[in-house]
Amino acid sequence: MNSSEKHTITALVEDRAGVLNRISSMFRRRGYNISSLAVGKSETEGLSRMTFVVDGDTKTVEMVVKNLHKLIEVIKVSDISEENSVSRELALIRVKCDVTTRSEIMQIVDIFRAKIVDVSQDTLIVEVTGNEDKVNSLVDLLDTFGVFEVMRTGTVAMSRGVAFEKDKSTGPRILENAS
Amino acid sequence: MLKKGSQIVCESLLREGCDVVFGIPGGAILPLYQALPEYPELRHILTRHEQGASLAADGYARVTGRPGVAFATSGPGATNLVTGIASAQMDSVPLVIVTGQVNSWTIGSDAFQETDITGITLPVTKHNLLVMDASEISSAIKEAFYIANSGRPGPVLVDIPRNIFVQEVEYEEPGELNLPGYNPNLAGHSGQIKKAADLIKKSEKPVIIAGHGVIISKAYDELKELAEKAQIPVITTLLGISCFPEDHVLWSGWPGMHGMAHSSLAIEEADLIIALGMRFDDRITGNPSKFATNSKKIHVDVDPSEIGKNISVDVPIVGDVKEVLGRLNPQVVSGTHTDWLKRIEALKEDHPSLDIPETSKLLARQVIKDLSDETRGNATIVTGVGQHQMWAAQHYRFKNPSTFLTSGGSGTMGYEVPAAMGAQVGNPESTVWSIAGDGGFQMTLCELATIAENRLPIKFAILNNNFLGMVRQWQEIFFDGSYVSTSYTGNPDFVRLAESYGIKGIRVTDKSQVKSAIAEAMEHDGPVVVDFIVEQEENVYPMIPSGMTVYDMIEEPVSEKVTT
Repeated sequence: MNSSEKHTITALVEDRAGVLNRISSMFRRRGYNISSLAVGKSETEGLSRMTFVVDGDTKTVEMVVKNLHKLIEVIKVSDISEENSVSRELALIRVKCDVTTRSEIMQIVDIFRAKIVDVSQDTLIVEVTGNEDKVNSLVDLLDTFGVFEVMRTGTVAMSRGVAFEKDKSTGPRILENAS
Repeated sequence: MLKKGSQIVCESLLREGCDVVFGIPGGAILPLYQALPEYPELRHILTRHEQGASLAADGYARVTGRPGVAFATSGPGATNLVTGIASAQMDSVPLVIVTGQVNSWTIGSDAFQETDITGITLPVTKHNLLVMDASEISSAIKEAFYIANSGRPGPVLVDIPRNIFVQEVEYEEPGELNLPGYNPNLAGHSGQIKKAADLIKKSEKPVIIAGHGVIISKAYDELKELAEKAQIPVITTLLGISCFPEDHVLWSGWPGMHGMAHSSLAIEEADLIIALGMRFDDRITGNPSKFATNSKKIHVDVDPSEIGKNISVDVPIVGDVKEVLGRLNPQVVSGTHTDWLKRIEALKEDHPSLDIPETSKLLARQVIKDLSDETRGNATIVTGVGQHQMWAAQHYRFKNPSTFLTSGGSGTMGYEVPAAMGAQVGNPESTVWSIAGDGGFQMTLCELATIAENRLPIKFAILNNNFLGMVRQWQEIFFDGSYVSTSYTGNPDFVRLAESYGIKGIRVTDKSQVKSAIAEAMEHDGPVVVDFIVEQEENVYPMIPSGMTVYDMIEEPVSEKVTT
């Protein structure tokens, strides 16, 4: 358990100026390694959700969770690495491409259930969604054709139904004018 | 009713029970200062440096248990506070700092005296806020006091732009605070408390290590009850000193780098460590992987991130020491531990850390021993950082809670002058002795003017060895006596310096004069600086070199330069 591995942590935080700085400063100061970080609005106005993928052993991750909790603007922290969870990231990949390689690239893109979202004379942009391993594999394969740029969102993650039901504190948000 | 931002700051401070502010005015905070005459209940003490203001607020907070408050202007005024803020953060001292900021519309333009003080203090505050509308001031100040002095205390900084002080808004009392992410857990988990009681019952060689948390939560009676009921020896940390009376039979010193040998050895031999409001600092553990490997550990702390940080723990209890002990004590079975207490007594006899050699020379240790005797352990002692700090902790016998003020975590030299000021202001009836080194004293001695101006009857004992003594000691032991930049050859005449402020100065050069000088200082109705010209190369022992273990302890001088 003490070997370094990737852990996924999610946090519900107040959506205020400086919060991201406060959190990243804590990671920097304590020497914790973030391998990816994704932030976006949550279902509640004024609150954001963050997903961190952290490198470290179990003890390190426990300290990350405790130190996140300690920040006043952090409302809830969950370590979902041990749980049954869904994790996804989105990547855009600019690949070198000409008439001779285009169909081969399109086949690979199909197998990965990715999409081609832009085509030009010499390049393609591929959009892919999946867990980190899937994105890594696609990037590796496309590397053989020549990759110019990779843009990744970082992982977002959510625990699956069973884990969620155990720990549910609020009901779903239902918009009043929803039919 | 329409009120200005500056008035709202003052009224909010008064509502939180603040009666004293330490600070210095300047451009950005001037509108706040100009409102002070309307609020005579709010006493302002004009320090001579902002570092003095934040450190004085620290001293005030430690003796009163209420947040110390400091004001400073933007830019250099605010950055000068930082050392005091960082000190307070490391030692869990509640402060509320109000800084002026440049006008809100110029923030980010590198305006005159602009610094991003919320950014700078982010890692050294418990929390900080930038207020951008006068209507938010009252709730911001309420929040600052609440956060500063609840859970694990710490400094909170509120930065307010100049124009917000003059903005007029309809004044409203602050409502309930909305802090969904801040809920300190004070009670402690019942199941864990029961497990702790079971461990204590089974233990044959338990020790309590009582830290600053005992003082912060005022758990003195509960600690005594636990110790006496189960007959458990009480060791304190450096910052825990004075939380347990040192004339009590169960008092067993303090451990670590310069702590007493029997305390460190007792921790190693114990089969159970009951850690109360302390954080297994490296000055106590040395090499953490070799620290107290024979014992189970119960760790009570209000800050969950301290539990399991340095040392793994068998029974973690997140909670306030007073509340947890209040629920633990009734479950604890009375015990005797006669053999164990005898063993500690034997350790103390075999390792006499506190014996002072017979000599005609003036030893710093002797000054503190005499001071302890002359004040009967009843003074409030404030120290700087270094040899004199360790000797004060070793040789002063504290009888009353919260009477030892020292910068433990941060090791802030110069703490001794302003913090003594804060301690005297916070508790005007107390006898405050500031034990200083000639190095640290010169870092903050500008506050002698503040002390003279406010007629604060603080007594200073400068243990003057013309050296940065602790650094010199390290050079002697670890760098073959190569004294690089530690010799203070340009010291002022401290007696004449004191006199230039209208403060009484006394010089002591001989052992025979110590007691009479202390008595003379105590009799004088006002501040006194006593300049003790002590042995230059006296060392602090025992010493466990950094990162080593108890068994690497240097108990006796290898080559003692101080001979009879």
